[in-house]
Amino acid sequence: MTALLELAGITKRFGLVTVADGIDLSVGHGEALGIVGPNGAGKTTLFSMISGDLAPDDGEVRFDGAVVTSRDAAARCRLGLGRTYQVPRPFEDMTVFENVLVAARYGAGLPTRAGYELATSVLAETGLAAQANLRAGALTLLQRKRLEVARALGTRPRLLLLDEVAGGLTDPEVEELVAIVRALRGRGLAIVWIEHVVRALTSTVDRLVCLAGGSIIGDGTPAEVLASAAVREVYLGSDPEAAPAAPERTAPDLLGKLLR
Amino acid sequence: MTAAVTTAPATVRVRRSQRSTRVGAPLLGLAVLVLAFLPFVAYTTVTSTLVTFFILLIMATMWNLLAGFAGLVSVGQQAYVGLGAYAVLWMSDLGVQPFLGVFLAAVVCAVIAIPTSLLAFRLRGDYFAVGTWVIAEAYRLVVVRSDALGGGSGRSLTTLSELDQTLREAGTYWTALTMVVACVVGSYLLLRSRLGLALTAVRDNEVAARSVGVDVTRAKRIVYLVSAAGCGAAGGLLLVSTLNVRPDSVFSVQWSAYMIFIVVIGGIGHIEGALVGSVVFFALQQALADYGSWYLVLVGLVAIAAALWLRGGLWGALSRRTGIRLFPIGYRVDRPS
Ligand SMILES: Nc1ncnc2c1ncn2[C@@H]1O[C@H](COP(=O)(O)OP(=O)(O)OP(=O)(O)O)[C@@H](O)[C@H]1O
Ligand SMILES: [Mg+2]
Repeated sequence: MTALLELAGITKRFGLVTVADGIDLSVGHGEALGIVGPNGAGKTTLFSMISGDLAPDDGEVRFDGAVVTSRDAAARCRLGLGRTYQVPRPFEDMTVFENVLVAARYGAGLPTRAGYELATSVLAETGLAAQANLRAGALTLLQRKRLEVARALGTRPRLLLLDEVAGGLTDPEVEELVAIVRALRGRGLAIVWIEHVVRALTSTVDRLVCLAGGSIIGDGTPAEVLASAAVREVYLGSDPEAAPAAPERTAPDLLGKLLR
Repeated sequence: MTAAVTTAPATVRVRRSQRSTRVGAPLLGLAVLVLAFLPFVAYTTVTSTLVTFFILLIMATMWNLLAGFAGLVSVGQQAYVGLGAYAVLWMSDLGVQPFLGVFLAAVVCAVIAIPTSLLAFRLRGDYFAVGTWVIAEAYRLVVVRSDALGGGSGRSLTTLSELDQTLREAGTYWTALTMVVACVVGSYLLLRSRLGLALTAVRDNEVAARSVGVDVTRAKRIVYLVSAAGCGAAGGLLLVSTLNVRPDSVFSVQWSAYMIFIVVIGGIGHIEGALVGSVVFFALQQALADYGSWYLVLVGLVAIAAALWLRGGLWGALSRRTGIRLFPIGYRVDRPS
């Protein structure tokens, strides 16, 4: 069985900076993959190349066996790639319901009635039902992050790309979002989740990838990746004094704190 | 996906209209009916003044659609005003009745807009605005070089002069009224449709709209074609009502300036905005008719004031305060509580 998403030799340069240096990565059906990496590692850029917002300089993106490198974001969405944006991009002058309805009518390609139903159920699922008639521009940060997830779900994706949906939220808010994502995961939806709040990830994903300097420097179970020397070096600096040998068990928490 | 469906309430009630619509729509319908009977009871000075008003309203409605909903800020819609006028002239030479010609001019302009959009859509933002102006100038130059169409000094429409004046004025009036209703109702239906949902999304955030599956360029192109058709009809009406056409005036950027003024004053992104703006603009134009182009200065100042202090223009302010909507295009969810 082929993977759901396959990246082969994805390369992207901004001027002299290489933000993706021949990245190979595959995500299986129903898999939940977490991506970590320092600021500016190229995580968001990688998402944009998967979703079609940005064209890679080199390499190939395959989704469900088909090469989609030359297809635009709208077409990829209709194939089943849903994404959220790190900095939320709501349709501000539309209501929350309408935000999701656009996704349901276009991304999922549903007729009117079915579109209403999907949008309503997605809002219930993401805890936004009470805000359905509110202008999206009037939402709080937490609600905007939820709307990002809701709108992506409205397209009825087969692979959901989450870009720091927990970033900038308080601990209880993070918990709420994690619960939502876990429920999606439980439904068998494939997820790729970029997050600096490592604890949120480790409790949800079965595989973790660490991206740094445009390359994958760690790939495996969350515990393996967070314990690997290469990953610890990127996060803690190569100076042994600056990186006190922390017991392995607490590594995720330490990273979480550093990265908040 | 099954889990999502089961959490959905058994019946989702979504409302598109509201009370102000159910009161307002019949009133608007009645107004149109009254207007339709006007030529039987009113002097032709009244009807011909109204024709001028209708032409402005058509242009404003079309520009509002373009800029307010597709985010295409054009200052080159005079291209289609001019082409529409000349299309009617050209077709009348071929024996097409000019009133019918106005409708056909809309079609002609939509067709011309297809290749034009391929060029114009390569430009973004400010470049698009300036680019559309340049394109309009290019079309003017093409017309100026055509001797058959009267070249730089223009020509008169002779086929209508044979008609009895009262009949001609009434015909012009009805054609204009039909066109206004078609443009306003057409915009409304367009914006209420699935495409309207996409357009509002595109207006708010183009990148996000793409990410939820909206074919942004296609949506914009449709609006561009519709807007070209409407402006073409307006141009055709200009010719039919004045019986003569000069490239300099019909291709003048002044038309775009009017459209922008009206929509900014009335409320960009509201169908009602073009209506309210046209009334204000037209009233100022008539009231200050004796002061030359001073009215333009005043209208410009009003537009600047509206842009600075009145988000959503007059209509935007009114509907925010009162909740009134004559042309509701949104979706409201009724929640069983
Ligand atoms: N459009 C662009 N033009 C030029 N440089 C860019 C562009 N987009 C991103 N970059 C640069 O590419 C690098 C990677 O950016 P990216 O946003 O992918 O990082 P990230 O891993 O998502 O970081 P963060 O954790 O802060 O979100 C950064 O140095 C950024 O400044
Ligand atoms: Mg990022």
